[in-house]
Amino acid sequence: MEALDFIQLDLQTGIYLLVVGFVGGLVSGFIGSGGAFVLTPAMMSLGVPGIVAVASNMCHKFPKALVGAMKRAKYGQVDVKMGLIMGISAEAGVLLGAHYQEAIKHRFGDAGSNLYVSVAFVIILGLVGGFVLRDTLKTYQSGVMTEEKPGKLALWIQSIHIPGTMVYFPSINARISVLFTIPLGFATGMLAATIAVGGFIGVPAQIYILGLNSLMASATELVIAFVMGVGGTIKFAWSGYVDIRLAMLILAGSLFGIQLGAIGTTYVKPYLIKLVMAVIMLTVLLSRALVIPVYLSQLDLISPLAPETMSVLKNSSFIIMLAALALGAGIIMAAMIKGRREHAQQSGEMVNATA
Amino acid sequence: MASPSQSPGSVAKTITWGSVSVFMYVLLFYYDRELLQLSSQGRWYFIFPIIIAFAFSVVHGNFTAEFWRSLGIRSKK
Repeated sequence: MEALDFIQLDLQTGIYLLVVGFVGGLVSGFIGSGGAFVLTPAMMSLGVPGIVAVASNMCHKFPKALVGAMKRAKYGQVDVKMGLIMGISAEAGVLLGAHYQEAIKHRFGDAGSNLYVSVAFVIILGLVGGFVLRDTLKTYQSGVMTEEKPGKLALWIQSIHIPGTMVYFPSINARISVLFTIPLGFATGMLAATIAVGGFIGVPAQIYILGLNSLMASATELVIAFVMGVGGTIKFAWSGYVDIRLAMLILAGSLFGIQLGAIGTTYVKPYLIKLVMAVIMLTVLLSRALVIPVYLSQLDLISPLAPETMSVLKNSSFIIMLAALALGAGIIMAAMIKGRREHAQQSGEMVNATA
Repeated sequence: MASPSQSPGSVAKTITWGSVSVFMYVLLFYYDRELLQLSSQGRWYFIFPIIIAFAFSVVHGNFTAEFWRSLGIRSKK
């Protein structure tokens, strides 16, 4: 086993990880995933080697997802069967995605690997994030924001009967062939292995393709994240890459956040989950798009960029990534405060009416 | 004084779970070299980070749940 350089931790580093963990947890508790894409670069910015950052992120992810899933199961928002079936196929996707990553890194080096990740970010987040935002705006404009019905695609999928593959899912009160859920779980895992957030495919797929409502989809995603997290942690810990101090420090903040995010889902209208997801996805897209010229330059595919330009682009990208998480957290907090205030007013009016 | 939205005993539970959680974090950092060495050995030693993570998720998870409840922040339903 090669000797790994685990960083020295000081108070400032600890507080930084607690805060980033808290905000990441808040977003994960609300939309089912989303904090992980910031945590790995955040750790790397402290000097943690990339592989240790990914491994430690994974090791904090599964206990966080477990706590979040259990919390949201109490609210009746989790479809455990759907989560486990998609989680297992997601695990296979993670393994293949990681294999692709290693092959690209081996063939094209760090710059090639980073370019692949950034282009995947931009294409997938652009397509899915744009679609989710469009749907959210349509819901907002229609004025019907309290009820969600399965779309035409989901109803069509639910109508297809393939003998021997049908499974009943309580979240949609219908039977769906696992031949549909398995590829979706697999794609979720592939994305998780590539950009660290499988939920950006997993949650929209559950909503638009399988017909779950936003609350159920985002909560069930936590079960998928738990299954992927356990498998990923075993994979990395088997090679000794987990820095347990870093993982548990992030967990300390993220469990405060995930509890609050889960509570927040009971106060907001379902379309808000899609709004937060779309805003984060499109802001992260911008962040990753900014660094694509850096990697193209490093691979000599465009004229070389000046070191100062590269530095500005990389720093701007990291700041926008942090801003994406902060923006998502800000919307969640504002919606939760508003929802709690409205709930308190309604409760007060009911008490007055009874009196 | 407890607000109407607080559960009875939630402050006591917060203090209890919080104390155990703090104790576990103190242990983690007091023995950080030993634990890092153990968890980074690889192969079947993978079980140590998994067990530690599960233990923290139970204790710290209960603490954080009680913490928000003791502040009166709880779910609508």
